[in-house]
Amino acid sequence: MALQLDSILACAGDFELAADLTVPEADRVAVVGASGSGKSTLLDVIAGFRLPERGTVRWAGRDITRLPPGTRPVSILFQDTNLFPHLTIRQNLSLALNPATGRRRPGDAERIDAVLERVGLAGFGGRYLAEMSGGQQSRAALARVLIQARPVVLLDEPFAALGPALKDQMLDLVAEIAEAEGLTVLLVSHDPDDAKRFARTVIVVEAGQVTAPRDTAALFDNPPPGLRAYLGGG
Amino acid sequence: MAPRAVSIIAALSVIGLVIGPVTAVVLRAEAFSGFRPADWQAFRFTLVQATLSALLSVAFAVPLARALARRDFIGRGLLVALLGAPFILPVIVAVLGLLAVFGQTGVLNRALSPLGVPELQIYGLQGVLVAHVFFNLPLATRLILQGWLGIPAEQFRLAATLGMGRRAMWRCIEWPMLRRLVPGAFAVIFVICLSSFAVALTLGGGPRATTLELAIYQSMRFDFDLARAAVLGVVQIGLALSAGLIALRVTSVPVAAKGLDRHAPRWDTAGRMMVLVDAAWIVLAALFLLTPLAMVVLNGVAGLSDLGTSVWQSAGHSILVALGSTALCLLWALPLATRWGEWLGLSGIALSPLVLGIGLFLIVRPFANPFDLALYVTATVNAFVSLPFVLRILRPEAETIRAEYGRLRGALGLSGWAWLWWVFLPRLKRPLGFGAGLTAALSMGDLGVIALFADPDRATLPLKVYQLMGAYRMDQAAGAALLLLLLSLGMFWLFDRGGRVGPAA
Repeated sequence: MALQLDSILACAGDFELAADLTVPEADRVAVVGASGSGKSTLLDVIAGFRLPERGTVRWAGRDITRLPPGTRPVSILFQDTNLFPHLTIRQNLSLALNPATGRRRPGDAERIDAVLERVGLAGFGGRYLAEMSGGQQSRAALARVLIQARPVVLLDEPFAALGPALKDQMLDLVAEIAEAEGLTVLLVSHDPDDAKRFARTVIVVEAGQVTAPRDTAALFDNPPPGLRAYLGGG
Repeated sequence: MAPRAVSIIAALSVIGLVIGPVTAVVLRAEAFSGFRPADWQAFRFTLVQATLSALLSVAFAVPLARALARRDFIGRGLLVALLGAPFILPVIVAVLGLLAVFGQTGVLNRALSPLGVPELQIYGLQGVLVAHVFFNLPLATRLILQGWLGIPAEQFRLAATLGMGRRAMWRCIEWPMLRRLVPGAFAVIFVICLSSFAVALTLGGGPRATTLELAIYQSMRFDFDLARAAVLGVVQIGLALSAGLIALRVTSVPVAAKGLDRHAPRWDTAGRMMVLVDAAWIVLAALFLLTPLAMVVLNGVAGLSDLGTSVWQSAGHSILVALGSTALCLLWALPLATRWGEWLGLSGIALSPLVLGIGLFLIVRPFANPFDLALYVTATVNAFVSLPFVLRILRPEAETIRAEYGRLRGALGLSGWAWLWWVFLPRLKRPLGFGAGLTAALSMGDLGVIALFADPDRATLPLKVYQLMGAYRMDQAAGAALLLLLLSLGMFWLFDRGGRVGPAA
């Protein structure tokens, strides 16, 4: 099984993004590139928020290009607004489990408790986002992704607002869970250290062109000219 | 928010409510034999009173807004908040209050007669103007105050450092703001006063003080001349539409004002004379606006204990009508809280309630006795009339919710129902509560279309107050008016408070 982007062309106004790549199952991939290079557009195409003008998105060989975001085998964490602040964490997770009605079904409570425990938030189900710290909010958002139980997870800089130590903690937690659950994770980040810490492979996006995933260590040892300029190496 | 189909159904029902009655009125108007001198008189009076009302409201609002902008005093916030109250004040209550102050046996005449001052006459053009200024001076003041507070403090600071005199400051800073805002405020008030009915019904009347709306009512109620009522209705539609379009072009200020509870510090207003002038404007305006309300309370307390069954029955009708209007208005407003929905809702301002009422009367008549449906028609028309205001309140928040949570909704794959129940309604509850309160209060105090249809068994409370006034049972009228005031404010408070219960969104 793999995530495949075959001859994708996506347009946003004058901007064009071209991608042709395969991400193997259970890989942890960092997506790096300068601001405006097309990283978020790439994630939007995979998540289903943007329909490409051309090309196909496949998961496990199945064409998912035209599936709406909510029915894809993909869940996404945005930079912000990953949970509804007027609902408790438990209600948020319940809604993610039952998007048709939001009503809890038998067995849901146990699943929610298990996921909360998994992200280190046991006993926090009755709280609102405003009653939690930034790190706890990030864990709650991660719980929402986990409870959706989809094989592909997209992280669109969701921990950018956290301090360095907390961010590293969250990346380690995501990596650990991804490893255990066999999740395929794509992480967009501006910080090369995030990529080095988290990802096995790296996709470079430069002026709308997306490269195939390359081994993280090898890539940063010998970065291509575009990435070198982005990293500040001239 | 809602599935597209729900929005389309809501839009079609609103369009149907506009086109159906207007078509019925236009078709009926074909049988009209010609404009009578009294109709021309009503046309002229409508324009004259609307022009003078707007002119006076704005003329008084400019110095009052300036005084409020540059003075800070205890109770300033409360006074500014009270400037919003006339919007939900039942017209008939205000009229009773104004009569208690300016009427033949009112406070002012009683105070002035020992001094030999001739008796003030409230009925006629002057009464209509006093009532319109009472309702619209606060609106104009809020609009213009917003402009004054919108001038960056740096401009006054710069003027002070340059040593600019008062005239120069007026010419360079204040006059450009007023030139931009005053035409809009004038136009909005002109449009509101064009459709004046309840004020003209109670304080106007007679051939020299009849508005088009009142003439429509008289043709229906006294002459049962449907064709004449219809043609006056067509003229009213034309007038309101033209004025509404002009108002839209010249209006550059949002009606919902925020941050009016602060004041702009100035370096040029410390002179004793200026302080006195500002204080005089503030005190006079407060007296003008608050004394009638105080009189309603004072005169009404005694009558509250002796209201009679018919008044309570009317109060019951009013509560039912208000709740029905509120439910219908929200059912329309929720799916129409979009840009195009708000444009559609503007028809609620352009179309006069009486024209709508006559149209519905003509449509219903072949199938049922329209008088039996008086309360339903009133609830429907009141919902329609409140729609533009509720949409103005809901739309900004509704769009924010869609913008902020649309992607999360997509990522979760929430159904329309789950989105509505778990996200849209809970997050919208504050403006929803405010909008519902506004609709309920407006509907509660409405004395418009119900006057066309209702028989004594189906009177609402405002109509009952009017009937009691007509029968010179002023004590009972005062008691019923106080009850109406309490119910209107109570309904507003209940809904508005309801929207604030629970965790902050």
